[in-house]
Amino acid sequence: MKINKSALVMILYFIFLLLPIYWLLNMSLKTNQEILSTFSLWPNDLTFDNYKVIFSDPSWYGGYINSITYVVLNTIISLVVAIPAAYAFSRYTFMGDKHLFFWLLTNRMAPPAVFALPFFQLYSSVGLFDTHIAVALAHTLFNVPLAVWILEGFMRGVPREIDETAYIDGYSFFTFFGKIFMPLIASGIGVAAFFCFMFSWVELLLSRTLTSVDAKSIAATMTRTASASGLDWGVLAAAGILTIIPGALVIYFVRDHIAKGFALGRV
Amino acid sequence: MKKTHNQKAWFMVLPVLILVAFSAIIPMMTVINYSVQDTFGNNEFFWVGLEWFEEVLHSERIHDALWRQIIFSAIILSIEVPLGIFIALNMPKKNGLWTSICLVVVALPLLVPWNVVGTIWQIFGRIDIGLLGYTLEQLGIDYNYTQNTFDAWFTIIIMDVWHWTSLVLLLCYAGLRSIPDAYYQAAKIDQASRWSVFRYIELPKMKGVLIIVILLRFMDSFMIYTEPFVVTGGGPGNATTFLSIDLVKMAIGQFDLGPAAAFSLIYFLVILLVSWVFYTIMINMDKENE
Repeated sequence: MKINKSALVMILYFIFLLLPIYWLLNMSLKTNQEILSTFSLWPNDLTFDNYKVIFSDPSWYGGYINSITYVVLNTIISLVVAIPAAYAFSRYTFMGDKHLFFWLLTNRMAPPAVFALPFFQLYSSVGLFDTHIAVALAHTLFNVPLAVWILEGFMRGVPREIDETAYIDGYSFFTFFGKIFMPLIASGIGVAAFFCFMFSWVELLLSRTLTSVDAKSIAATMTRTASASGLDWGVLAAAGILTIIPGALVIYFVRDHIAKGFALGRV
Repeated sequence: MKKTHNQKAWFMVLPVLILVAFSAIIPMMTVINYSVQDTFGNNEFFWVGLEWFEEVLHSERIHDALWRQIIFSAIILSIEVPLGIFIALNMPKKNGLWTSICLVVVALPLLVPWNVVGTIWQIFGRIDIGLLGYTLEQLGIDYNYTQNTFDAWFTIIIMDVWHWTSLVLLLCYAGLRSIPDAYYQAAKIDQASRWSVFRYIELPKMKGVLIIVILLRFMDSFMIYTEPFVVTGGGPGNATTFLSIDLVKMAIGQFDLGPAAAFSLIYFLVILLVSWVFYTIMINMDKENE
């Protein structure tokens, strides 16, 4: 009886979560005419035209390519700088380490709205406005701290004795790090990469402020379509569905670690 | 874990330091610079001291936005935290396919881009084409989130609950999973009620994650921008203009650099203060655990 009650709660919650997404999917498979004229729970006249529009119009699919470009750049930059830093925080004490760790956290907590205008001016003045690298660098503001915190959480779980044994066995620091330590925290690196990817992918304000044409993100493309010419609901819904897919695909691989990532490595 | 003292570790931290300094400190200097100057255009600035800060601290518009923000964060926390705990208690306990499905479905809203969250609810709430709006309309409830303040708030709150309750749930679930079975067996032998199991076993074990959850949810709801911007654009009137929306309007919409910068600094100091409380509690908890 008890199991049934739990399952019921879960199923009700699932319905609450999935219904709005289903509705978006439903709309993306209808023609605009059908959306506006009849109200139905499923598409009467199934069409993939909305998706065809996105895959044939460069201003739409370009948005996805731009987004993926800066998201991948951001993930690489964040991990490259965060891995050594997280190792230092997990293994050594040094002057100002606690203050530095806290300062990193404050950047994760900083409202992007505060940084929107200064970023715009900073990247304009160095000639990086409307480039992928500008958005990638701007997103390191919250992703680097997050990556450091998550990786530190995973690295603390690796016993120090492993480091020491490796040195006794004659490994240099770099061979130890590459051959022994990195494989041990591979899942941690995967989770950190996932979260960098995700938080860069879902962000709108900074990516919209820092791009105009050449590097315009899919998020910005969507909001501009929504505000300009009369709304094309079907295409907008299809674009929304396509932005959910990457997250939904990779989530399966990190499902057991997802709580740790959201908790900044502290679970 | 015992750490060794090693100043050379600074070299490993240096890349992060340089990168984050470029992303955080330089823009912050710009903000400070603007907050104490005024301009008539043409890039000519002159010193005004703390005038902007005084103006911002006495501005009715910002007081209103701040109140809306505080009320919003309070409502969000008081719904999402109990609901998240309740659902976490109902998550399946054994590993298996059902558990994997639950985890994946539950995490789904967290991975939807924030503007798409806005789009989803913008469509879902419309009277003519949205399931929620249409159903409410058919039930005879007068619902229109673009016109009516209460409906706009209702839509944004239910959207945020949809979006973020899963975060509370996942972290609480991770906390619950760390409780050894022996605790439950002991409770069974003592014939403890469901409530006392929750109160004396589960809640204390979740204390750590709950502190993280409350502060994360507080912070993120305190700087919410994208979702209400897409759904209501801050309206009707200013009814859903929260701090970040107001700030962006001021800085990029009206280009009032001075007040916007002063506003940013005050906003950031509040965040800094709360983060510090969070960090102190967390560090103390880490020490207790060791």
